[in-house]
Amino acid sequence: MYEFLKNLDKRWIFLMMFLAVSVPIYIIGKTGKTFPEVPTLLAEATFQAIEELKEGDPILLSFDYDPASEGELAPMATAFVKHSCEKRLKIYFMALWPVGPQMIDDVIARVIRSDFPEMVYGVDYVNIGFKPGNEGVIKVIVTDLRELYTTDDKGTPIAQIPMMEGIHSVQDFKLVVNVSAGYAGTKEWVQYAVTPFPDKIKLVAGCTGVQAPLLYPYIPQQLPGLLGAIKGAAEYEKLVIDKYGGTNPDPKYLEAKRRMGPQLVAHILIIILVVLANVIYYIEKKREART
Amino acid sequence: MKRETLIWTIVFILGIVMLLGRAFLTEQGMGKAYVRAVEINADAPDPADRWIQYDNALPKDYYTAVARDPNQREYQFSPGRTIGVWVAAFFTLFILSFLIRDNPFYKIAESVVVGVSAAYWMVVGFWTTIVPNLLGKLFPEWVNGWAIPGLDAQAEWAYLAPLILGGMLLWRLSPKGSWISRWPLAFIIGTTAGIRLMGFLHADFLSQIRNTITTIWVTDVAGSFIFWESVRSLILVVGVLSSVVYFFFSIEHKGFVGRTAKLGIWFLMITFGAAFGYTVMGRIALLAIRLEFLLDDWLWLIDPAMKRMSM
Repeated sequence: MYEFLKNLDKRWIFLMMFLAVSVPIYIIGKTGKTFPEVPTLLAEATFQAIEELKEGDPILLSFDYDPASEGELAPMATAFVKHSCEKRLKIYFMALWPVGPQMIDDVIARVIRSDFPEMVYGVDYVNIGFKPGNEGVIKVIVTDLRELYTTDDKGTPIAQIPMMEGIHSVQDFKLVVNVSAGYAGTKEWVQYAVTPFPDKIKLVAGCTGVQAPLLYPYIPQQLPGLLGAIKGAAEYEKLVIDKYGGTNPDPKYLEAKRRMGPQLVAHILIIILVVLANVIYYIEKKREART
Repeated sequence: MKRETLIWTIVFILGIVMLLGRAFLTEQGMGKAYVRAVEINADAPDPADRWIQYDNALPKDYYTAVARDPNQREYQFSPGRTIGVWVAAFFTLFILSFLIRDNPFYKIAESVVVGVSAAYWMVVGFWTTIVPNLLGKLFPEWVNGWAIPGLDAQAEWAYLAPLILGGMLLWRLSPKGSWISRWPLAFIIGTTAGIRLMGFLHADFLSQIRNTITTIWVTDVAGSFIFWESVRSLILVVGVLSSVVYFFFSIEHKGFVGRTAKLGIWFLMITFGAAFGYTVMGRIALLAIRLEFLLDDWLWLIDPAMKRMSM
């Protein structure tokens, strides 16, 4: 057994990981059961930032991610949009990633056109689309949005969109929500939007797990709310669904909670593997010392 | 035939037989996609302002609509998106096959991703920047005629500068005079370095120092001591100072400095551990969505979002 574990082919680990993730997905998919979530302070702060806004307040949602990180970020993007719609906010979508507009269209179809059909494009929500330039885009639009955004994503001139009236820069939004998969993303929003205008621009964000530890130093002064990876999304989903989901919430708003099942089993597997690897390492070290 | 080749051949044949059986011999089938035709701007008086948009629809909605009215056109089976589901499923398997070893299927998927991404970048860059932000600024009337109807702007000749710089940048493709592209490159590097330097200086250096200068004796408005907030502040201050001491190499790490540096290592290790934990969580989430896609959208083995409940 010791020799088998010592020389374990990594493909066995891949197989175990495959089973650790796929079996819970199958069971949760069949039963519909999810694990309970207790929201942390950061998820609460993110929820409160949107909850405090009044009906008709403008909110900027910057979806800076692509299909590669959709598994982590789409559930929180969905929850952000549902929450904003429930609050009847004016929603402005934009993207710093080239595939961002597709992610935005996806969420608009899944949430707004499906569950809030009374909301009118150009009046209640608008997708101003993607602009290349990463932090350069933020740097410009914090003072002059129309310098870069001359049209929306469909090519309609900004001047012809009713809800763009009175919006001249990022400072005109009551809140900026960023869903970020990397560069350019939350870090750049903090650096080029929040830091130069701390009293005028408020930012909350949801990010991938890889980014989260790098963003913690900005909490709470520069970044009052942060959803870290799928766990943060599950906590935020719970808060939104508890308040706005009704007695029988639509399963599409419980995606992150469902994905916490495979997370649990896979994490247990990784902990076991790390412990086993260390035990083998110490046994090996002892044997070497003896010989 | 080698034993391993034989095993893989059997696995492939079994897989294909099971897929074909499930797709064509079961009542519900698998991997089909449906759309809903939504008329946008339905009230617009000018027919040119109205158009049909096809949103993804749930299979249960399609079957409910067909049961109600077999001739309805609102919900439709989408051959294009069905092919998309199957291509996505096979490409997911191709990419995952790299875990066993490098193989031609993985290479095909990788090459397609690279090619499609490059082409996508070009097209998006053209339509989101060159047309509205360059041509639209220089020749608004002309752009109004073919790309952005309703664009009402005056020509801004200052945009000739980025046009010229862009042209100079493309000069590097020319066999002669490729040095000309170095001028706009120098401009890009200079401005980017300046912008990023200021960003980091303000947000990461100065603001972080300010955020660390905090009281470790935290009290509420009534002046009562708050224990856990104080502990948090203390950990923050001690963590920052000891980690900074670890990177201070002008003094030998001995005695008090050595012990502080060692404490700094502990803080750094905990940070790396947290980063590793978060990375693991992220990667598992990515694997989970691919497997969920295969089991739910492609194979129709599970239905967590109740997409096919009433079928």
